[in-house]
Amino acid sequence: MSSESDGGQSVSKKKRGVEAEAVVALFALAGLVTAAYGSQDFFPELASRHGEGIDAMLNFVLACAGGMFLVGHLVLAWFIWKGAGRSRIEHRMATHTTERRISLALAVMMTLIAEGGVLMIGMPVWAEYYGSDGNAQAVAVRVTAQQFAWNIHYPGADGKWGRVDLQFLDDAENPLGLDPDDPASADDLVLVNNIYLPVERMARVKLFSRDVIHSFFLPNMRVKQDAVPGMSPEVRFFPTRTGDFELACTELCGMGHYRMQGMVHVLGAEEFEKWLADEEPFFGAAAVIGKADVQKKGNA
Amino acid sequence: MSDHPQSFWSKYIFSFDHKVIGIQYIVTGFVMAGIGALLSILIRLQIAWPGQPIEFLGKLFPEGMPGGYMMPEFYIALVTMHGTIMVFFFISYVLVSGFGNFLIPLQIGARDMAFPLLNMLSYWVGLVSALVMLGAFFVEGGAAASGWTAYPPLSALESAVPGSGMGQTLWLLSMALFIVSFTMGGLNYVATIFSMRAPGMSMMRMPLTVWSYFVAAILGLLAFPALTAGAVMLLFDRHLGTSFFLPAGLVVGGELVQAGGGSPLLWQHLFWFLGHPEVYVLLLPALGIAFDVLPAFTRKPVFGYRLSVYALIATGALGMIVWGHHMFVSGMSPFSGEYFSIATMLITIPMAIIGVNFLASLWGGRVIFKTPMLFALGVVAFFGTGGLGGLFLGNATADIQLHETYFVVGHFHFMIGGVTLMGTFTAIYFWFPKMFGRYMSEGLGRAHFWFTVAPFYTLFLGQHFLGLQGLTRRYYAWDSYQYVADALPTNVLLSVAAFVLVSGQVLFLGNFVWSIFRGRVAERNPWQATTLEWTTASPAPHGNFGEHIPVVHRWPYEYGIDAGGEDFADQSVAPDRAPVTA
Repeated sequence: MSSESDGGQSVSKKKRGVEAEAVVALFALAGLVTAAYGSQDFFPELASRHGEGIDAMLNFVLACAGGMFLVGHLVLAWFIWKGAGRSRIEHRMATHTTERRISLALAVMMTLIAEGGVLMIGMPVWAEYYGSDGNAQAVAVRVTAQQFAWNIHYPGADGKWGRVDLQFLDDAENPLGLDPDDPASADDLVLVNNIYLPVERMARVKLFSRDVIHSFFLPNMRVKQDAVPGMSPEVRFFPTRTGDFELACTELCGMGHYRMQGMVHVLGAEEFEKWLADEEPFFGAAAVIGKADVQKKGNA
Repeated sequence: MSDHPQSFWSKYIFSFDHKVIGIQYIVTGFVMAGIGALLSILIRLQIAWPGQPIEFLGKLFPEGMPGGYMMPEFYIALVTMHGTIMVFFFISYVLVSGFGNFLIPLQIGARDMAFPLLNMLSYWVGLVSALVMLGAFFVEGGAAASGWTAYPPLSALESAVPGSGMGQTLWLLSMALFIVSFTMGGLNYVATIFSMRAPGMSMMRMPLTVWSYFVAAILGLLAFPALTAGAVMLLFDRHLGTSFFLPAGLVVGGELVQAGGGSPLLWQHLFWFLGHPEVYVLLLPALGIAFDVLPAFTRKPVFGYRLSVYALIATGALGMIVWGHHMFVSGMSPFSGEYFSIATMLITIPMAIIGVNFLASLWGGRVIFKTPMLFALGVVAFFGTGGLGGLFLGNATADIQLHETYFVVGHFHFMIGGVTLMGTFTAIYFWFPKMFGRYMSEGLGRAHFWFTVAPFYTLFLGQHFLGLQGLTRRYYAWDSYQYVADALPTNVLLSVAAFVLVSGQVLFLGNFVWSIFRGRVAERNPWQATTLEWTTASPAPHGNFGEHIPVVHRWPYEYGIDAGGEDFADQSVAPDRAPVTA
């Protein structure tokens, strides 16, 4: 320790009170209990490929930050314990060089962990999430958010999106405003709050909003993207497991924000093709699929 | 500079004296904190026991809680107003405006602020701003309900949410007034620190508290006007038919909105251009205060004074260019996301330096258990905790999962809520003798520490873990979501912690009021501290220092020396009476 001893004061012992013990215990326990509790696995069940990268990123930060949290609290408790037992200070000031060395060394270490995590682990995942190419095999879906529902639009067998125009918009009968005169609309599928996707195939979800900002959150897929009126961001992800996965809105969008719930159904490849073939097109049958029906189906 | 005031009105109400104005801000801020805390109790009741009617609350809020059942729109109005009140009208008023006003002239050896009249105006505009904000509770549709971030179109269109009527208009007016008030105060801080320091008080002899206010004030002056512009633009969108934030083709409540060409993201940039620096405006003074209080109870100088000054400045500078880390999933370009991520991680450097300097300030020192010291230790611990949480959220990749979850709520409660709350209490217990000439009760103060810190850890660390489970924030209820079903029971424990935390503050309130009148009389320098305010009488007289302004001969941390029976020397002690070490 390269600190100045400042006239060689001797350290005199002092009896610690109950309060000192309690404060030491408080900070030590805060560190220990949190570290123990935090070592569980908290994340929702993983169901997407890039999600592995996000979990790796989270786990890296959890380990580093958790370790520093624990060590920091223990050091704090230790210094309080030692300090409470002194009636004179042990040393006064470190030299300027020591001061610089200690605070810079630790700060640089923390920064390496933080920046290193972002650059080494984070950026490739970010690139995968935003930069993966939407190849021909990808399944494209459009999601138009509104207060308080998700309108789901598939282009149908022709692969072309029917024209959408506000003049056709009708909350009950035509929630997307799909143009009935556009030939591309004829085989389009429209659902509410339910998305069907095949497993092991890239999904491209283009997000729109009709009114306020919503956010498309699939906890299991590690996907979150705001749906902003006037913009149309696309999220791409690769479901790795079949099953039903919840969709939640994560941008405050009004009084019904909390019940703006949807479901992503990830099906096996064949099952998905069968679903596509069986699902009645929006304009395809005499009975237009009403919002209420679809919702009923979704809740079942 | 005014003469010595005589009448009650000019002495206590329309006073030019920076100490009176500081105390006015502090009292106003605590009243607002009480309101904000009551809102949080209603919020926590709904979160832990959704759908449980509470009859007497039904009588209190017949519209928001008919029959005792909370309405969803009332819930989001509560969340909005709790956040707004606590950030802008509690922490900012007490810690930045209150203690900034009280301490800056005293610590730099000035008789008052550079512009006392402007200072008084700052308070009165601030008070009007607070009243306008509270007024929103009593208008049709209720208070603003678009979150404390007020993202349009939700906050721009009356039909989007009930609180988006008059309540939102008042919210925006209040914010604009708040920034006007802050600007008057901030200008005063900078001008005073630049031009009114006592002889010998060079910049590098200023206490870290003053440094932190200096950086915070500059930061606020540079960043806040962006939101003034934003608030005025949003008011225009709401009432004069402009479309700064509204794109074409919006359909709300079945009606086509006549607007077009605007961008909702523009508001987010303007808001966070204020909002993120605001975090540092509130945070830095708490850090500065802890740096000044710790040495009085360890009896040794702070560790790394110079580096801490540089770190405060660097934090301020970097704090201006990282606002986009609140917008990683907003639809902003992913390249911007990476930039903001890397810039945010750079802030780790100065912030880690401050954290290390805190810990090392305890190293080798004594620890004298007095209430201000306990809370200063709280600042250190919460700063570390909150700072580490920032490693998750500043990282764009990790933020994809954590954005808008309870992890964020837990994180900012530790930083902008916890560090600042601990700093506020540190300051109150430490400088109360200088304000009122009396001590606060030690016994009550220590009890208050335990009733604050223990539940605080439980409540807000718990929220971090809920966030890791994906629990979404600003939700009225989660009953229908299966993926968080396991997480929900934790909310009962957290709510109990919240109630303990809020009720623990009664100890403080009682102590504060009782001590003003009945506290033990304090001497000039009750903590044997070294900064200039302790060289004058307690309470400090009008004009602060008797006939002569003190002359400064040394740095503010002259502890642990041999000065004729004392182990410290205040900044005005001449070099021949005690050794000068920095």
